Amino acid sequence: MAQIELSTIRKSFDGTDVLKGIDFRIEDGEFISLVGPSGCGKSTLLRIIAGLEPQNSGQVHIDGRPVDGIRPSARNLAMVFQSYALYPHLSTFDNIAVPLRMRRLSAIERLPLLGPLLPGRRAKERTIRADITAIAEQLDIAPLLRRKPGQLSGGQRQRVAVGRAMVREPRAFLFDEPLSNLDAKLRVHMRAELAELHRRLKATFVYVTHDQAEAMTMSSRIAVMMAGELIQVGTPAEIYDDPGDIRVAEFIGSPKINILPGRVRKDGGIDVLGTALRLGCGAAAGDCRVGVRPERIELGAGPFSGSVVHLENLGAEAFVHLAIEGAGARLIARLGDVRQLPAMGRAVTFGFAPDAVRAFDPAGKRIELRVEQAERIREPAHV
Amino acid sequence: MSNTHSVTFRAILRHVLLIAGAALMLAPFIWMISTASKPQTEIFSSELHLIPHRFALWDNLREAFAKANLLRFLLNGVIVTVSIFVLQVMVALPAAYALAKLRFLGRETLFALVLFGILIPPQATAIPVFLLLHKAGLLDSYAALVLPFTISVFGIFLMRQFFKTVPDDLVDAARMDGISEFGIVWRVMLPAAIPAVTAFGIFSVVAHWNDYFWPLIVLNSEQLRTPPLAVAHFRNNEAGTSYGPLMAAAMVIIAPLVIAFLFAQRRFIEGITLTGIK
Repeated sequence: MAQIELSTIRKSFDGTDVLKGIDFRIEDGEFISLVGPSGCGKSTLLRIIAGLEPQNSGQVHIDGRPVDGIRPSARNLAMVFQSYALYPHLSTFDNIAVPLRMRRLSAIERLPLLGPLLPGRRAKERTIRADITAIAEQLDIAPLLRRKPGQLSGGQRQRVAVGRAMVREPRAFLFDEPLSNLDAKLRVHMRAELAELHRRLKATFVYVTHDQAEAMTMSSRIAVMMAGELIQVGTPAEIYDDPGDIRVAEFIGSPKINILPGRVRKDGGIDVLGTALRLGCGAAAGDCRVGVRPERIELGAGPFSGSVVHLENLGAEAFVHLAIEGAGARLIARLGDVRQLPAMGRAVTFGFAPDAVRAFDPAGKRIELRVEQAERIREPAHV
Repeated sequence: MSNTHSVTFRAILRHVLLIAGAALMLAPFIWMISTASKPQTEIFSSELHLIPHRFALWDNLREAFAKANLLRFLLNGVIVTVSIFVLQVMVALPAAYALAKLRFLGRETLFALVLFGILIPPQATAIPVFLLLHKAGLLDSYAALVLPFTISVFGIFLMRQFFKTVPDDLVDAARMDGISEFGIVWRVMLPAAIPAVTAFGIFSVVAHWNDYFWPLIVLNSEQLRTPPLAVAHFRNNEAGTSYGPLMAAAMVIIAPLVIAFLFAQRRFIEGITLTGIK
């Protein structure tokens, strides 16, 4: 149970800045996801928290105490790796036992031949065995304790790795893309399991992933990182609905948010694809970009039109890809009712509600909008 | 039709070539066994025959064991090769771990020096090392046979290449679990590197069991002799060389390696292919 505080963490490798001053506070018992595209520095940040990598400047505090220069094991954090990093020559039982043996047995007691003969060793081994059995019951891996990692499936190895992390009762759990080596189905299943584990343990979870779906579904808060900087921190709903930066809007959500070219008029109004929106803003006149989530696009009516160029029918929902004439832009709309799927190549009209619009300035920063109380942009359908 | 013809012809040609090569390789061994089985008179007869007219292997072996303390020499061989191998591993594994997994200033330079070290033949440094041992008063001892070989640059190189293939995550997991850096070498890297250690062990043991040059230089005492020197024992300029017992002794000293090879044939080939690929 721990609160982790990072202040102006900087890190560079061979002259390249990987982290450019990260300030961030992880609350006790929180499930926080660090998301971002590969190379954004999220794994490096996790390794700095773990103590596996020293930062160039800045401090890490765990529960208010500085931990810089303290060895990884002494920080009492547990980490689950993408490759699980189980010791290949040890059985599941011995893998989980390693952190306990390192902590509870003295150096002499750990010696291969002499160790087991020492008087106190027996009793200590018994407590270790009891702890491992309890963990194995919780994680459903009791029948696997005698097997070696090579004889386990991906999901089983994952669970053993989590067991090895849990058994030492760490102050916080660090996860480095733990699900990316699993197949899609298992990944969805493990997502639910990890979230449940978090609820049960009530421990601090720091979870690094490049998969926005994992971050959205499990975390209490998401921290989005891009190019070594923390751009936005918030609950999944906030990050999704209220992105502060176009990169956040584009990274979170699948399929990606539709970005359309727009203009801010002198009077503060916004034009998209030549149509004026009933929206106003305080931004300076000039180009802007307008984002609308696929599920907010309403097909069949509206001031815009495009032709269907691709259809993705997923059974429960469908995605309609539209090419907009004259603009060269592509757009994806989510269709809840698959039975209303338009035919390929057909022209369809579409529109969106003013409150679905997120506008960004040329630098990618969010422009605050106000909905003007007038008639809606959606005109009555004329079919 | 002509196609299958050429295929069989090629197969035959291939086998002829391979058999010729194998025969060339095996000839000295066959001759050794043949000579070891002949009485003295037949060895020096002018006619050439492989199968002895009178089978004298047991006599030659008996004479070989009577003339020289062969068991003692074999024991010396075991003591020396095992000590060399154990010490080499104790030096090479931590060194290879540092070169493969730790980041420190000058690592690449050090590794370049290791590679450079492979190029230096042991004979080139024989005289300085001999003088060093002389000054230290260690000549004519087991230490003189073992110490010069404890740092094997080839071993460091081989293990470093293997350690490079061990995922970094495993090392980091061990650090998180509280294992010290030396602990990681012995508890994590060594078990993962057993195939490479076996391969290196084969090279090391074969090379030092068969080494004739170095023991010949540093030893005087008969009781310290290693197996190859034991064979030389039978060469005698004054009384003439007794080839029968010599060849019998040679059979005895290569026997451990041959038996070990037969038992560990698969490992042996794995080891050689490992060093070939990596």
